[in-house]
Amino acid sequence: MNSQIPILQARQVSKFFGGLTALDKVDFEVYPGEVVALLGDNGAGKSTLIKCVSGVYRPEHGEIVFNGQTITYHSPAAIRDLGIETIYQDLALAENLDVGGNVFLGKEKKRRFLGLLRVLDDDYMRGEAKKVLERLDIHIPSLKQKLVNLSGGQRQAVAIARALYWNAKLLIMDEPTAALGVPEQRKVLGLVKSLREHNIPVIIISHTMQDVLEVADRMVVMRRGRVVANLPRSEADAEVLVKHIVGATEAA
Amino acid sequence: MTTTTIPIRRSAETRDQIINILARTWSLVFLLGMIIFFSATGPGFLTVRNISNILVSSTLVMLMSIGQTYVIITAGIDLSLGWTVGLASVVGATTMRNLANGGMEPVSAIGIGVIAGLAVSLIPGLVNGVLVAKIKVPPFIATLGMFGVIRGAAFLLTDGQNVVGNLPSVVRDSLRVVGNGSLLFYVPDAGFTWFSQPPDLSAEQLRTLQKLAPYPVLIVAAVVIIFAFILGRTQFGRHTYAIGGSKDAALRAGINVDRHLLLIYVLAAFTAGIAGVMHIFRFTAGSPLAGEQALLDSVAAVVIGGTNLFGGEGRLSGSVIGALIIAVLQTGLVILAVDALWQFVVVGIIIIIAVLVNQFQAYLERQKAHE
Repeated sequence: MNSQIPILQARQVSKFFGGLTALDKVDFEVYPGEVVALLGDNGAGKSTLIKCVSGVYRPEHGEIVFNGQTITYHSPAAIRDLGIETIYQDLALAENLDVGGNVFLGKEKKRRFLGLLRVLDDDYMRGEAKKVLERLDIHIPSLKQKLVNLSGGQRQAVAIARALYWNAKLLIMDEPTAALGVPEQRKVLGLVKSLREHNIPVIIISHTMQDVLEVADRMVVMRRGRVVANLPRSEADAEVLVKHIVGATEAA
Repeated sequence: MTTTTIPIRRSAETRDQIINILARTWSLVFLLGMIIFFSATGPGFLTVRNISNILVSSTLVMLMSIGQTYVIITAGIDLSLGWTVGLASVVGATTMRNLANGGMEPVSAIGIGVIAGLAVSLIPGLVNGVLVAKIKVPPFIATLGMFGVIRGAAFLLTDGQNVVGNLPSVVRDSLRVVGNGSLLFYVPDAGFTWFSQPPDLSAEQLRTLQKLAPYPVLIVAAVVIIFAFILGRTQFGRHTYAIGGSKDAALRAGINVDRHLLLIYVLAAFTAGIAGVMHIFRFTAGSPLAGEQALLDSVAAVVIGGTNLFGGEGRLSGSVIGALIIAVLQTGLVILAVDALWQFVVVGIIIIIAVLVNQFQAYLERQKAHE
């Protein structure tokens, strides 16, 4: 796998907030088609790293390269246009709209009505949403349902479907299972697996060791702004990960 | 065991469905029930003449509730709309009077007055929009402030008078052609006529004159159709709902939320401007007070129509029904010789019922989602 060229590469990235070093010369790579878990305690720097990648923060030092292009100082919108899509915990969906309305939010498909008026083409949007959901093996009983009536896992699916429909090349998921019940968590993990099958790399931030061990190909552990472990799935187990997260390996 | 539980579940499902349909359509059912009630008890209620009058009288609240619906769907509110109606009517009527007195043709003077009234209504809309969208003042506060500003401005323009009257009689006659006119008239023993009532009617015949398509109603119907189309079928409407549902989602989807909100407040003020101009045509005068009482009625109409005050949900057809309920009630109580003040009590109760029904419906949907 490492013989490949990484799709995303952060080199020696540092970020300071006043006197606080949030990121300290971090190296981080994602290779095509792999699921990378980003682990660490609160304040370890996971979110800061992700926000540097998605353009919300600008690092003081270092360089971030995506698909051969330096994106270190791109705006969030420009980075999204390049295909890095971040799915935050709150999902950023309009719960009062239906599935098609959400997948196409801000980029609505229109058709001509009576020759000159441009009206929304809801049938088309629903149809396209259905196709992308089917590709992910997701079944939502009625696509005319408003999102408020869907389960947490289904909403997550809609958020992912939206990212995929607009050609996301890298998905970043922030605590995707945090607010869900157990059966729903299973479904979301299934989604992550099917993203891998579609060869779409995923960075998944999680506190839940079980989830991470189930879906991730590689685990990157952060602590106090630095990457302290970078383990393939075969070398990782819960005990090792916890040791890295709490810093027990440094003391030893 | 199963043979007994299945039918029970089914009947519970049908019951839920019935409740759901009722929750969605109760305002229409209520309107029809009220019409039946007043028709049965109030002599002269169910006549073409009276229905036509009710429709004309509903136009003010209906126009204001159109803009108000848009604003409330974005989780805002516009308290200044009533005075915007007054300001537009004052500016429009003053312009018509001054131009006509200066020797201008009545029709031209009226045309320029209409444009002046509509144009001036955009100003409070722009100010509201800038305050809410750009400066992030809560809509309630921003429009409450403008409530005072526009009220003062309207009265300052009339030197404190309640009425801008004394328009030249030629102007008033021209205004009446629209304000009191109808596309189609009917007199039982003289037949139908288009555009104007049959000439040379006796006093007896005049009492039976029926206006089958009053212009104010046709104009408002056209405005309703246009704005309902925009809200329900276009990208602008979809973004209006999206902003009301989740401003954050709209922002991250790349929607220019600030610009959209600004446009919504301008659009709402414009519907109030139309109402103000309509006031001049109907009463051949302007008044700062033209929309004062109608403001709360317009909010009531929107809420009765099922639009959620917290944003994201609502339909213009609901607001139209709400405005009709208020108009029917006002006329019906008069015909029943009930003190007109009771209408405030009844409208107040209906608003509370409307909110309760909407909450109950939301509760049912949540229950269903969690099953």
